[in-house]
Amino acid sequence: MTTLFTFHGGIHPPGNKAQSTAHPIAPAPLPQELVIPLRQHAGEPAKPLVQIGERVLKGQLIGAPVGGFSAAIHAPTSGTISAIALKQVAHPSALPELCVVLAVDGREEWAARDPVDYRALSGAELQAHLRAHGIVGLGGAAFPSDMKLRHAIPVETLILNGAECEPYISCDDMLMRERADEIVRGVEILRHALEARAVLIGIEDNKPEAIAAMQQAVQVSGLPFEVVAIPTLYPSGSAKQLIKILTGLEVPSGKLPTDIGVQCFNVGTACAIKRACDDGEPLLSRIVTVTGNVAHPRNYEALVGTRFAELVQLSKALPDTDRYLMGGPMMGLELPAADVPLVKASNCVIAASDALFPPKPAPLPCIRCTRCAQVCPAELQPQDLYWFAQSNNFGKAQEWNLFDCIECGACAYVCPSSIPLVHYYRYAKSEIRARDQEKRAADQARERHEFHQLRIEREKQEKADRLAQKERENAAKAAAAPSAPAASVDDTQQMRIDAAIERAKAQTIAAQPKNTDHLTREQQAEIAAIEARRANLHKLAADAGADDEPPKQH
Amino acid sequence: MITALWVMIAIAVVLGVVLGYSAIRFRVEGNPLVEKIDAVLPQTQCGQCGYPGCKPYAEAIARGEADINLCPPGGEEGIKKLAELLGVEPKAFGADRQPRAKAVAFIDESTCIGCTLCIQACPVDAIAGAAKQMHTIIAAECTGCELCVAPCPVDCISMQPIPEKPNTWKWKYPVIPLKPKA
Repeated sequence: MTTLFTFHGGIHPPGNKAQSTAHPIAPAPLPQELVIPLRQHAGEPAKPLVQIGERVLKGQLIGAPVGGFSAAIHAPTSGTISAIALKQVAHPSALPELCVVLAVDGREEWAARDPVDYRALSGAELQAHLRAHGIVGLGGAAFPSDMKLRHAIPVETLILNGAECEPYISCDDMLMRERADEIVRGVEILRHALEARAVLIGIEDNKPEAIAAMQQAVQVSGLPFEVVAIPTLYPSGSAKQLIKILTGLEVPSGKLPTDIGVQCFNVGTACAIKRACDDGEPLLSRIVTVTGNVAHPRNYEALVGTRFAELVQLSKALPDTDRYLMGGPMMGLELPAADVPLVKASNCVIAASDALFPPKPAPLPCIRCTRCAQVCPAELQPQDLYWFAQSNNFGKAQEWNLFDCIECGACAYVCPSSIPLVHYYRYAKSEIRARDQEKRAADQARERHEFHQLRIEREKQEKADRLAQKERENAAKAAAAPSAPAASVDDTQQMRIDAAIERAKAQTIAAQPKNTDHLTREQQAEIAAIEARRANLHKLAADAGADDEPPKQH
Repeated sequence: MITALWVMIAIAVVLGVVLGYSAIRFRVEGNPLVEKIDAVLPQTQCGQCGYPGCKPYAEAIARGEADINLCPPGGEEGIKKLAELLGVEPKAFGADRQPRAKAVAFIDESTCIGCTLCIQACPVDAIAGAAKQMHTIIAAECTGCELCVAPCPVDCISMQPIPEKPNTWKWKYPVIPLKPKA
């Protein structure tokens, strides 16, 4: 039995998980239409590879990952692409994202699947396989899984996160109960890829069925994994807190778990990795809990792109439902509309009403009771962070380690003044990020401007150099021409020049105009008169222009 | 008495030599204040302040020639930072210098005649193109200075406001209604 450790703080909100675990996971019926966002993960959105009107098969790649920090998107079922357009998605901004709309044909025709033997693959090949199959973390952050395998290998401990500490959510619980063998198989793939020495599967002790199922599956597999029941305490499902509970190690501020030799994966991710390797199936569906203000709360296996409204319909939302939450009541976000699509990160949808979640009273001033500091699992001083965030004192907030806040909401949960603390932290974080971005842009612009000026100067200098060079050449030529007669002391040179002059004269005579021969007397007289007039003009011009410049010779 | 005088003179000479040496050895090149001011300015290089770029404006502020409220791209916050840095009172923008929403230049490529005038005007070399070839803005490098708009002989450059996207979206300051909605 592993020694367990505790993290600082934590709370015990009512679990409300039993409602949705009474029935097994049900496959959600195939919808008429799927809306598949091209950004379902942390990082860059995928690049669409299909065209409107194109027929796609189940599991066909429709969005290719762009750059290192991105994930692939696949068609969740067969059908025809009816649109590629901006659609509202599950994001707190309610801003639209590029989505592929798939008209489902109901035939569920599979594209070619490519199962692989993970033992035959190198680390890089396995990462490429997972990336090509669109595997992202299914715990909620949707971080591309291949990136988590890229870090320092081997790791000391691989931790499997089955804590599922947030109220209402039971998708991981049901997955562990029903597909423990697949999860264990996925863990073995991860263990192999990370060359982990120990594997710990952490499950909160409010899920005895899941613990039993996992223990059984581990036993059957004969693998040296350890299923550890951990005390129920929110937020023990947060990676850093779970690592602390299971290993006693703390991830230092600004560091990653791999820096201390630990890596953490969600149970759903392990299951998806198993399917990607053993069955060659990309990540097309996930287990989602539909609960809250509904008549029949339960877990569904739904295709990515299914509209939340259709899912809630399956469980019959009660008439006083007025809003929907994606994720749990602690960290979830309110959906901008009920018809936004399910994404890979959607673990739960809660139909909410004022009766179920009474609106919080208006916030009162902070009385610095420090209850928030007592429950903060990141050992921060939430009351100070609040003070700095609300006064836009971002530098100070950063000094107080604002970025170690995991936004678990424990502080806001216990706040007697009902201050929306997490909202303030999110505001401060996004402002700081935007400022850093601006600063980087300004530095880049400064650098580019300096280079621009340097370039202009250089071009000017080069032009001046070219002109100077030309002038020097001209001067050298001009100097060479008059200096030739000056050097006439040389007799041979003089003779050569004289000979050239003679030749030129002979040529001039030879080149006399033909029409001057055999002229009549009238013509000759006319020419003589013209010549006389011209001579007279020349004389006049010479007299007039004698002061300023010599007249041109004709 | 004489000894005391000699001692004092000797001390004065030694200290004088030390000071003189350190003045040469630890000489500060340029005005360090200029660098600090330049770091606060947004580096749009737009010239709206009346100086040919952010660095000249920073130099003018450091010399005490320019006011601190001449930089609209820096916004109110820029003024506040400058005021804090220089130890003066923040000032409001004049009526002719109001900050505008951030934008990037956009070239209507079907109208562009490839005259390269905008390329010459761009202070950060953010326009790609060549003579008699279509030009285009490298949006990621554009500072939104608008210096390319005026030289264009066919008016094919417009300033496009930067739309908010889910990845650039910011959480808003929490606003709490004083009275609950009826």
